[in-house]
Amino acid sequence: MSNLLALTIIWPLIAGIIAAFLNNKKRVVRPLAQLFAVISSALAILVLYLVSANGTIVLETGSYEAPFGIVLVGDLLSVTLVVTTNIIATACVFYAPKSLTEKQESFFFYSFFFMLITGVSGAFLTGDIFNLFVFFEVLLMASYGLIVLGNGKAQLRESLKYVLINLFSSMLFVTTVAFLYSVVGSVNMAQVAQRVQEVEQQGVLTTIAILFFFVFATKAAVFPLYYWLPRPYVVPNPVVSALFGALLTKVGIYSILRIFTLIFVGELDLTHTIFIYLAAFTMIFGVIGALSTHNVKLIVAYNIIPAVGFMLMGIGIFSEVSISGTIYYLINDMIIKAALFLLVGVIAYVAGTSDLRKMSGLIHHYPALGWLMFISTLVLAGIPPFSGFVGKLLLIQGGLANEEIMVVIASLVSSLLILFSMIRIFVRGFWGEKTKSPPHPERSKSAGRMIWPIAFLLSLTVLLGVGAEWFYPPVEWMGEYLMDPQMYIDSVIKE
Amino acid sequence: MEIVMSILAGILFMTGVYNLLQKQLLRIVIGTALISHGAHLFILTMGELKRGAPPILTDGIEQYTDPLPQALILTSIVISFGVTSLLLVLAYRASKLNGTDNMEQLRGNDYE
Repeated sequence: MSNLLALTIIWPLIAGIIAAFLNNKKRVVRPLAQLFAVISSALAILVLYLVSANGTIVLETGSYEAPFGIVLVGDLLSVTLVVTTNIIATACVFYAPKSLTEKQESFFFYSFFFMLITGVSGAFLTGDIFNLFVFFEVLLMASYGLIVLGNGKAQLRESLKYVLINLFSSMLFVTTVAFLYSVVGSVNMAQVAQRVQEVEQQGVLTTIAILFFFVFATKAAVFPLYYWLPRPYVVPNPVVSALFGALLTKVGIYSILRIFTLIFVGELDLTHTIFIYLAAFTMIFGVIGALSTHNVKLIVAYNIIPAVGFMLMGIGIFSEVSISGTIYYLINDMIIKAALFLLVGVIAYVAGTSDLRKMSGLIHHYPALGWLMFISTLVLAGIPPFSGFVGKLLLIQGGLANEEIMVVIASLVSSLLILFSMIRIFVRGFWGEKTKSPPHPERSKSAGRMIWPIAFLLSLTVLLGVGAEWFYPPVEWMGEYLMDPQMYIDSVIKE
Repeated sequence: MEIVMSILAGILFMTGVYNLLQKQLLRIVIGTALISHGAHLFILTMGELKRGAPPILTDGIEQYTDPLPQALILTSIVISFGVTSLLLVLAYRASKLNGTDNMEQLRGNDYE
C-alpha cells in the first residue's frame, strides 16, 4: 500500500514522457494531458483518503531501512498539499490550450508541465534533506523550461535572472546540507531531528539553521530576498505564471515550515523572532510593490509576497493555532494565486493590454469575468465567507494569544492595502463607460471558455471558507502534529 | 588535509562570487560554475577525507570510508552540469536576442 505514495510522483513523470513523444500531435496530446492530470488528482485524493484513514504512510525506497535509505513520508500535511497541487495543475491544463500560442505549445509545454508537478509533489513528500534538494532541482529545471517557453526578448532577459538566483541558492543549499551532515552525520530528516537535540554545540546548529532559512527564504521570496520575484513571474504565459505563483514559492514556505518545526526548534528566541520581524517587513514591502504599478500582472505577482509574509508570521509565532493558520492560509493561497494569475491572463487577453490605464468598462461585455475578479479580490483580502478569512483569523488569533501585537497590526494593515491594490484592477479595469463593442470582439468566445477553470478554483476557495467547520479539525490536528516533532520521528524511525 | 580543502573551497567560492558580481554575462556563468565546484569540494571534505579504505561496513572492519558524501556529490555534479549547460545556452540566446551581454543594459521595463 505504501508504494502508492511513489505513484503520485511517478505518474506525472510518466505522463510527461508520454507527452514528449506525442508533442507534434496537438489533437492527441491536449485531451491526453487533461486525462493524465485528472488521473493524477484522483491518485492523490486516493492517497489522501488512505492517509486520513490509516495515518502516516512511510515508503522506504529500495527497502533500505529508515535512516539509511531515502524515505518518502506521506503525512496528512504533505499529502494534502500534493492534492492541492494536482487540483491546481488540472485547472491549469484545461486552461492551457486556449491561452498558449501554437508555438509555445509545440515547445514541449506538457512535458515540462508534468515534470514540474513531479518535482513539487516530490518536494512535499520526501523525508530526506538531500532528496529535497534533488526535487527542488527537478522542479526548477522544469520551471526553467517553462519560463523561456516562446522565446520572447523580455522572457529571456528575465529568465536569466531567475535561473541565476535559483542556481546560487541551490548551491548554497548543497553547502548547507554538507554542513549539517558534518555536524549530525545524517540527511534523514527524522534522524537529524533526533540528533540535533544531542549536539553539544548548539551555536553551530543555529548557524546552519539560518543558512537553511536563507536558502528557503530566497525561494519563497521573503523580505529582503524577494527582489527577484515579480518580473520573471510576469513575462511568461499566464498559465505558466499561475503554476509558478501557486506552487514554487509555496514549496519554499513548506520547507521552512517543515524544517523549523521538526529540526531547528532549539533556539526559538533567535530564529523564530527573526521570522516575525521578517514576516512583518515582507507583508508591508510586498504590498507597497503592488500599489506602485499599473500593470495588472505585476500587481498580482507582487501580491505573492505579502502572502508569504502571512505564512511566515504563523511559523514565527510558533503556537498550535498559528501553525494551523499557516497551513490553512497555505492551501488557500495556492488555490487563489493560481486563480488570480489565470484571471489576469484572461483580462489582459480580452483587453489587449496589461496596462490598467488603457482599459475600462470591461464589465459591460464580460460580466462573469468581472464577478470572478471581485470574488477573488475578497478572497485575497480575507473577507468572510471566503477561505482567506479563516487562515488570517487563525494567524491573528495566534498572534494575539502570544502578544505579538506589532506583527498583527502589520498583517491587518497589509490586508487592507492588498484589498486596495486589488480593487484598483476592478475599479479601473471593469468600471467605466460602456463602449459599443469590446476591444477585441473576436476574443470573447475563447475567453468565455477560459473562465471555467478559474470558476472551478474559486468555487474551491468558497468551499474552503464556507465549509471551514469541516476542514478546520484536520488542519487543527496538523498544527498539533507539527508542534510535536516526536510524532514525525516515531512514524519514520521504528524501533 | 581537511583544512587545505576547506580553504580551497573558500577560494573557489570567493572567485565565484567575484565573477558573479560582474556585468559580463559569460563571467557570471563562469562564476556559478566555480561556486558549484566549491560546493562539491566542500561536501567531500565534510565527510572526512580518508585513504586506503573501501566504503564497506561489515562486522570486524574498523576503517571504512563514508560512502554518503560521494553519492551526494555525484548527484550534485550531474545537476550542476545540466544547469550550467542550460545557462550557457540561455545566456547565448538572451544576449543574441537583446543585442547585448551587459547586465546593466539587460534591465528593461517592457514585459511583452
